[in-house]
Amino acid sequence: MSEALLKLEGVSLHYGSLKAVDDVSFEVERGARHALIGPNGAGKSTLFSVIGGARKATAGTITFNGQDITAESESTRARAGLVRTFQHSSLFLNMSVLDNVALAVEGFEGRPWRFFPSPRADRKIRERTMEHLTNVGLADRAGELCGNLSHGERRQLEVGMVLACNPTMVLFDEPAAGMSAAETHRFMDLIESLPADVTVLIVEHDLDLVFRLAQSVSVLAAGRLIAHGSPAEVREDEAVKVAYLGESEGAEPLFYSGGSDVA
Amino acid sequence: MSTINNEKTTVDPGTKTPAPRHAVRGGGRRRWLGLLLAVVALLVLASVPLWLSPYPVTMLSRILAFALLVVSVDLLTGYTGLPTLGQVAYFGAGAYAAGLTGIYLTTNAFVQMVVGTLVAAALALVTGIVAVRTKGFVFLMVTLAITELAHKQAEAMALTGGSNGLSGIPGISILPGGEPIALVGYLYWWVLFVFALGVALSVILVRSPMGRSMRGIRDGEERMRAIGRRTFMVKLVAFTFAGSLAGMAGTAWTAQARFVSPGDMAFALAAIALLSVVFGGAGTIWGPIVAAAIVILIRDEIGAIADGRGGMILGFVFVLAVFLLPRGIAGLSRRRAAAVGPTPIAGEGDEL
Repeated sequence: MSEALLKLEGVSLHYGSLKAVDDVSFEVERGARHALIGPNGAGKSTLFSVIGGARKATAGTITFNGQDITAESESTRARAGLVRTFQHSSLFLNMSVLDNVALAVEGFEGRPWRFFPSPRADRKIRERTMEHLTNVGLADRAGELCGNLSHGERRQLEVGMVLACNPTMVLFDEPAAGMSAAETHRFMDLIESLPADVTVLIVEHDLDLVFRLAQSVSVLAAGRLIAHGSPAEVREDEAVKVAYLGESEGAEPLFYSGGSDVA
Repeated sequence: MSTINNEKTTVDPGTKTPAPRHAVRGGGRRRWLGLLLAVVALLVLASVPLWLSPYPVTMLSRILAFALLVVSVDLLTGYTGLPTLGQVAYFGAGAYAAGLTGIYLTTNAFVQMVVGTLVAAALALVTGIVAVRTKGFVFLMVTLAITELAHKQAEAMALTGGSNGLSGIPGISILPGGEPIALVGYLYWWVLFVFALGVALSVILVRSPMGRSMRGIRDGEERMRAIGRRTFMVKLVAFTFAGSLAGMAGTAWTAQARFVSPGDMAFALAAIALLSVVFGGAGTIWGPIVAAAIVILIRDEIGAIADGRGGMILGFVFVLAVFLLPRGIAGLSRRRAAAVGPTPIAGEGDEL
């Protein structure tokens, strides 16, 4: 691999003296399945929102696809191909499944400002939308109100919406949070079936999931990057063990399934 | 792109979905039914001057102008998720602009409508730049401030006749150089024309991709940003469109009243306009129109019969509506589902 797709250099987010994210640098290769892990309160979610654009870094630079995106807004990043998902499914619940994906399709391939009728343009958007829905297995639910979908189906829809944005890279924020074991497995199948050229960065608390999906892992603790490498390397890393297990008693176990993280 | 195998979902029995409703199929027939109902309603409304006496016809003119204002509130509150008390400012701006055009420029109704609508649009664009940066209660308060400022400004300016209001507005004419219309029936038809035009534009808007974007903002603004949408621009365009529509309603108001007072852009009017949207069913077009008619009838007609206690009766109706009609008048219809369901690209029948 030549140039990394996503490059973080000295990225920090300080709230006064609180260093939520402190001098983090790492790279994600094109087409990689990269995971960002860390114990509760490590700053994973904060770093996630800094990469996604919801919050701005107070120092450092983020380069995506060769362009400095540090100061760009969330929607600009999304249009550049860096698309995020939400920890808690954040779909358009009062709209149909079809409309949910159509909103994304329209933003990238249609004319989202069109306010006059155009059956031809409508048909084009509808066809593209149905393609995406078929890909995630929701074609027969197109007319359903999104709020009527099961939790697992919502995750499928989530992926459909993300793919409708023609992403170069997808950011997943704790996708397995609140999922049943069966749903988690289906969701993992879904991520594994993503096109190989779509790069994935996944922030996750469930380490079993991470070690199954990721080819490379970055470990965050107290806002700092403490390890970076393959899952096997990270698993053996002393600093990681200390960060997760701690030196005091009652700390979190290293292999933790389920549960949600508010960090 | 690989295809994910679609096994039917069996998880989460708790949230098991009901049988797919007729959402995609059979939409065409409902769409035609909606159109048919709208045409019938329009024909009935158009025939009113032929069989009613002038007073109720004037009443109906007022209702139609107010109803168009309510639709503009609904576009923001019901479709974009921005509860507003500011639309009366643009309504008043349109009303004053039309009146001033009538006094100083021309009695032509089309010119007055266009001028009033453009003035309201410009005002909405400028104020919208500030207002749409906020949401929820803050937005409600900012729009209330816009209304109060506009109200005070109308009272203070000599051009608008101060607190006495703008009087001496000549009657409108339809044809260039034509005679001013004096008959109530013709005036009513003009107001009906403006109303129908405004409602038709609104229906087209909410069924377009732009309308879908507005509903996207209502349901998840953060998500809209995440899929690459400039939410500020969507909100600003919606705000400006709704402001123009309110201005258009204002010109219709002036055409039938031939008098504009600061009271036409007061908080009280803003409040009943917003309540009419809630009462009628936010996020539908026809519900708030029906509610607007009921509200004006209670306030002006039943109020007159009940020794001016119209406001009190209106209060009771609103309280009852909150308990009995949680989704407003439109919630009485089974077709409510379509109002929030798939729109144009599904070939779906949204209601009018």
